[in-house]
Amino acid sequence: MRPFTYTRAKDPTAAVNQLSGNPNAKFLAGGTNLLDLMKEDVERPNELVDISELGLRDIKAIANGPQKGGISIGGLGKNTDAANHALIRQHYPLLAQAILAGASGQIRNMATNGGNLLQRTRCPYFYEVSMPCNKREPGTGCGALEGINRTHAIFGWTEKCVAVYPSDMAIALAALDAVVSVRNASGQERTIPFADFHRLPGDKPEQDTNLAHGELITAIELPKNNFAATSYYLKVRDRASYAFALVSVAAALEIVDNKIVQARIAMGGVAHKPWRALKAEQLLVGKEATDANFKLAADAEMAGAKPLDHNRFKVELGNRSIVLALQMAMNGGKA
Amino acid sequence: MHDENDPSRLTEDEKKLFEDLMPEDLDEILDSGVNRRHFLKLVTLAGGGMLAAQSAVAEQLLTKPLSSSPTELSSATIENGVTVSLKVNGTTQKLVVDSRMTLLDTLRERLELTGSKKGCDHGQCGACTVLVNGQRVLSCLTLAASCEGKRVQTVEGLAQGTTLHPMQAAFLKHDGFQCGFCTPGQLCSAVALIEEAKNGHASYVTEAIRKQPAPVQLSNEEIRERMSGNICRCGAYPNIVAAIQEVHSGKPVEQTFNFSA
Ligand SMILES: Cc1cc2nc3c(=O)[nH]c(=O)nc-3n(C[C@H](O)[C@H](O)[C@H](O)COP(=O)(O)OP(=O)(O)OC[C@H]3O[C@@H](n4cnc5c(N)ncnc54)[C@H](O)[C@@H]3O)c2cc1C
Ligand code: SF4
Ligand code: FES
Ligand code: FES
Repeated sequence: MRPFTYTRAKDPTAAVNQLSGNPNAKFLAGGTNLLDLMKEDVERPNELVDISELGLRDIKAIANGPQKGGISIGGLGKNTDAANHALIRQHYPLLAQAILAGASGQIRNMATNGGNLLQRTRCPYFYEVSMPCNKREPGTGCGALEGINRTHAIFGWTEKCVAVYPSDMAIALAALDAVVSVRNASGQERTIPFADFHRLPGDKPEQDTNLAHGELITAIELPKNNFAATSYYLKVRDRASYAFALVSVAAALEIVDNKIVQARIAMGGVAHKPWRALKAEQLLVGKEATDANFKLAADAEMAGAKPLDHNRFKVELGNRSIVLALQMAMNGGKA
Repeated sequence: MHDENDPSRLTEDEKKLFEDLMPEDLDEILDSGVNRRHFLKLVTLAGGGMLAAQSAVAEQLLTKPLSSSPTELSSATIENGVTVSLKVNGTTQKLVVDSRMTLLDTLRERLELTGSKKGCDHGQCGACTVLVNGQRVLSCLTLAASCEGKRVQTVEGLAQGTTLHPMQAAFLKHDGFQCGFCTPGQLCSAVALIEEAKNGHASYVTEAIRKQPAPVQLSNEEIRERMSGNICRCGAYPNIVAAIQEVHSGKPVEQTFNFSA
C-alpha cells in the first residue's frame, strides 16, 4: 500500500471540507472495498478521512416531505443493521434479502450503506494493474472487450468498458425507486434519484456515479410502497453462497383484484449500473400475474441484450431468472 | 555477516533449511536473489505444520518473525504514524502505528497474538476474523488506526484461563479442523453467529424475513450460509457445522467419527 495520511473526521461538515481541499483524498467508511483496492494498487489516495464514527446511522420513518410514509436509512449505518431492522424487514423485505445475499456476515458487519453503493467493479482486468483498463487508467483500452468476459455486461456497454456493477443492495434500491441524499462542501444537501446515481460507461467509464468529489452520502430514502407481500431478490452465482452475482433480479409486484397494478424489476450482473427492466415492467402492468405473462415480459426485456464472446449464457439465464424471481415474489418471497 | 534486511539474501539458517528440503534447487536460489521471496513464501505457506515437524531449523525459523520487528517503535520511525488505543482481550494497548497497518498485522506483529491468520489478505477467506465491539469483522480489511477506543477479541481471548470456550470444546469433540489454519477465524465467527441468532438476525436463506426479529433456531443450512465467509481448505465443514449446532442448540450432536484405537 502507498503511504497516506489518516484523519478521523469530527463531524460531517469537517469531513466534507477536508475532502474538498484535496482531489486525492478519499472517505474511509467500512474499508472493505477501498482497502482491498489500495492493497492491489488500483486506488491510490494520499489521504484517508475516516467517516465511520460520524453517526448518520439512523433508520426511521419519514414524517414529512415528498417521501412521507417512507423510510430514511443512514448513509453510514452498517449493512447488517439495515438488513435486520424491523422496519426494513417488515416493509422492504426485498432490500433486506438483497443485502443478505451480498458478501459474508463479517463483511456486512463492516460495510456501510453509502460505501456499498460506491463499491467498484469486480472486473478482473480492472483489478490487475498490469492490464489495460479504461476505468482504472482512461485511454489505455479495455482488456475485457476482447478478453475473458464471461462475467461482463450484456446491456448498456460501450467499446470503452464492458464491466458490470457488483452491488446487490443497489439492485433492490433501484427497484424500490430510492433517492440518495448527499451533502457537499458548502453544506448544501441535494437528492439524487437512484436511476441517475450510477452511470452507464459511455465515453467515461472511469466515472462510476454522478456524485461529485467530496460529496458525502448522508442517507438513502425509500418511498412508501405496496410491494412487501409480493417481492423477491434472486441471486444466481457460481457457488451457493459468498460470490458475486452472475445475474440477479429484484422483483416486486403490487397486485389488486388479481391484476398487476405496479411492477418493478431491476437486474444485477448485466450492466454498468443497476439495470431497470422497464420493458418487462411495462408489459406486466394491467395483466394477470401468470407464468405466461412473466415469460412474455422476460422475453421482451432480454430481446435487447447484446452479449459478448463469453457471456451469451447470461441472456437465457437472465430470461429464466426474471420469470423465477416473479414467481417467487408471487409466492410471498419464499423459496 | 548477513544483513537481515537485505531481501535478496538467504540467511545461514535459511540456506541450511533449504539444503535439507530441496538440495537440487539451492544453487539457483543462491544465484538469483529474487527467488528468496518465493522460497520464504513457500516455507511459510507449507510451514506451520509439516516442515516444522521435520526440521529443527525450520521450527526456529518459523516461530520467529522473518524480518526483525521490534515491538515498540517510536513515532519518528513510522511513516504517517497514528496513535491508537484499543482494548485487546481485556488489556488496553496504546500504540503508534503506520497509517497503513491493518488490525491483523498489528495483532500478529506488534502484539504477538498470532492466532488470527492471514490467508488471502483481501476479505475472501475469513481466516483473520476477530470480534470488534462484539461483532465479527475481518481484521485484514480493518485499519488499526480506525480502532481507537474499540474492544477487540481474538481467538486467544476466548478461553477462560485453561477452561476452553464451549465452542472450542465442541470443535475438539467434533474434529472441526484438520490443519487448523482457518480454525481461529472459524471459532470467532462461530461464537459471533450464536449471538446473532439470539438477536434474531436473518440470513439470505431465512424464510420468514418479514417476521419481527426474535431468537432463531438455526437449521444446518442456516449455519452453513452464515459461516460462508470462512473458507476451510481442508473441507472440515460438516464437523464445524456439527460443533456449532451443538453449542447453538444446547443438545449433544452425535460425533460422526471415532478416534482409532
Ligand atoms: C470478498 C468480498 C465479497 C463481497 N461480496 C459482495 C457481494 O456478493 N455483493 C455485494 O453487493 N457486495 C459484496 N462485497 C462488497 C461489499 O459489500 C462492499 O465492499 C461494501 O459494501 C463497501 O462498503 P464500505 O463501507 O466498506 O466502503 P469503503 O470501502 O469504506 O468505501 C467504498 C468507497 O465509497 C466511498 N464512500 C464510503 N462511504 C461514503 C459516503 N457516505 N459518502 C461518500 N463516499 C463514501 C469511499 O471513499 C470509497 O471510495 C464484497 C466484498 C468483499 C471484500
Ligand atoms: S470492462 Fe471496464 S473495468 Fe474491465 S477492463 Fe474494460 S474498461 Fe476496465
Ligand atoms: S485474511 Fe482476511 S479474509 Fe482472508
Ligand atoms: S482446518 Fe485447514 S484450512 Fe481449515
